[in-house]
Amino acid sequence: MEIIKPLLQYLAVMLLAPLLLGVINRVKALFAGRCGQPLLQLYFELYKLFMKTPVYSRTTTWVFKAGPVIGVSAMVTALAILPFAGRPSFLAFDGDFIFLIYLLGLARFATVLAALDTGSAFEGMGASREMQFAVFAEPAFFLGLAALARVTGHSSLAAMFGVLTGDLWRTAAPVLALLTASFFIVLLAENSRVPADDPNTHLELTMIHEVMVLDHSGPELAYILYGAALKFWLFGSLIACMVLPRHSGSWALDSGLFILVMFAVAAAVGVVESVIARLRLIKVPYLLITAFAFSALAMIFQMGR
Amino acid sequence: MHTFAELIIVLVILLDLALAVTGALSTCIRLVALQGVVAGLLPLLAGAGAPHTRAVLFAVVIITLKGAVFPRLLMRARDKSGARKDVEPLISYPASILLCLGAFIASSWLGSRLPLPQAEVAWIVPASLATIFTGFLLITTRSKAITQVLGYLVIENGIYIFGLALFVEQPMMVELAILLDVFVAVFVMGIAIFHISREFDHIDTAELSELNDWRRGEYGK
Repeated sequence: MEIIKPLLQYLAVMLLAPLLLGVINRVKALFAGRCGQPLLQLYFELYKLFMKTPVYSRTTTWVFKAGPVIGVSAMVTALAILPFAGRPSFLAFDGDFIFLIYLLGLARFATVLAALDTGSAFEGMGASREMQFAVFAEPAFFLGLAALARVTGHSSLAAMFGVLTGDLWRTAAPVLALLTASFFIVLLAENSRVPADDPNTHLELTMIHEVMVLDHSGPELAYILYGAALKFWLFGSLIACMVLPRHSGSWALDSGLFILVMFAVAAAVGVVESVIARLRLIKVPYLLITAFAFSALAMIFQMGR
Repeated sequence: MHTFAELIIVLVILLDLALAVTGALSTCIRLVALQGVVAGLLPLLAGAGAPHTRAVLFAVVIITLKGAVFPRLLMRARDKSGARKDVEPLISYPASILLCLGAFIASSWLGSRLPLPQAEVAWIVPASLATIFTGFLLITTRSKAITQVLGYLVIENGIYIFGLALFVEQPMMVELAILLDVFVAVFVMGIAIFHISREFDHIDTAELSELNDWRRGEYGK
């Protein structure tokens, strides 16, 4: 039974991840007074796309086809090391938070290369923007995880969140609050959510992430959409693990609560998207520098305790 | 209780960072007022046990002055001067925030080296030094006369927090004297800014270095 639990958790992540984006869309629709898409819209889209035959431009090479596959497999691997409800997954090892960051970097690299491979100036522009914002987002995220490792005294993600209990929140509340805020900003920016990028726009001059995937079609577009859903789950579960430090003995109770908190995180993102306007493109680095400042402050606080 | 005081210290530092990136003058004034209120609350939380009546009274005076009177005076000066509504920084906002972070790192190093009595609340000395530095940053890198007053107020907040690190309850006479000085200073500066803008049509400090009669022809007065 103890072997089955991590696998069950993993399966739940793989199945539930697209549902979160449905929750965000429903919350946004609620704010706008619309009915909104069905909750399971992304599942339908994935099914539709998998049934289609991909179309390739004549200028593309194997790099273009490899991009989405590498992207989604990096996310699938990354989720195998992320803790679920404060419990370790089956691939956890010491220092795996650095591995996680490299996996995210690899996924980004593959997507950008695929975008450049189309030979379109427009996609090249999107690739350039994606990299420009990554320069600001990655240090914030890395420093945040390093500060968390320092607070908890462990270097594996599972162990970090395993010892993150209510007692730690009582003694190190400022540091943990700063880290949660920093992770939330990184979540918004990395998943091309509203203050950084609008996932719904196809207004050419404003979009960052959407631009790079315009030439993908069929199953490859499905990989990209699914990879994006998994990436959202990845960042969301970091926040959920931060704000849900209670570990009761029961596995079913913990898991149920954790999934509820994940939906709450998705709803929070939906609320943020509804009440804030998208930032001007040149202001996005300011947002990410703020996240970096939060992480750096948390680190400095922890060093001096 | 001390975790709560630590959260307030974090809030003070975050307000420093917010001041470094805020562009709107009115938001800046509100942030400085909020920082004053937060700093005024600190002595009530930092001491052990229930605070004295005197401390409570004093906190109330500080909060009314810094939270209500000063922002009103400054807002009035801002409206009367008829200047542009942003702070017009001389360096970019990311540079300001990085300078602020650097100041915090430097002040946490300095805080660990200073021969001070062990403070009750962690981080109170670095936070106060960082706040003082933010005040200097506001004075040196913003080009309006109002931001000079704001920087001065931020420095006062920093000094006040620094005083708390040494003695949880300061001698009342000293504090009252400082408050009176600050009040008069803000009052006088408000009037001065109004006169400067009426005389020269602007409150840009870069231009004030050349306050000669021949400039008058240029500004049409």
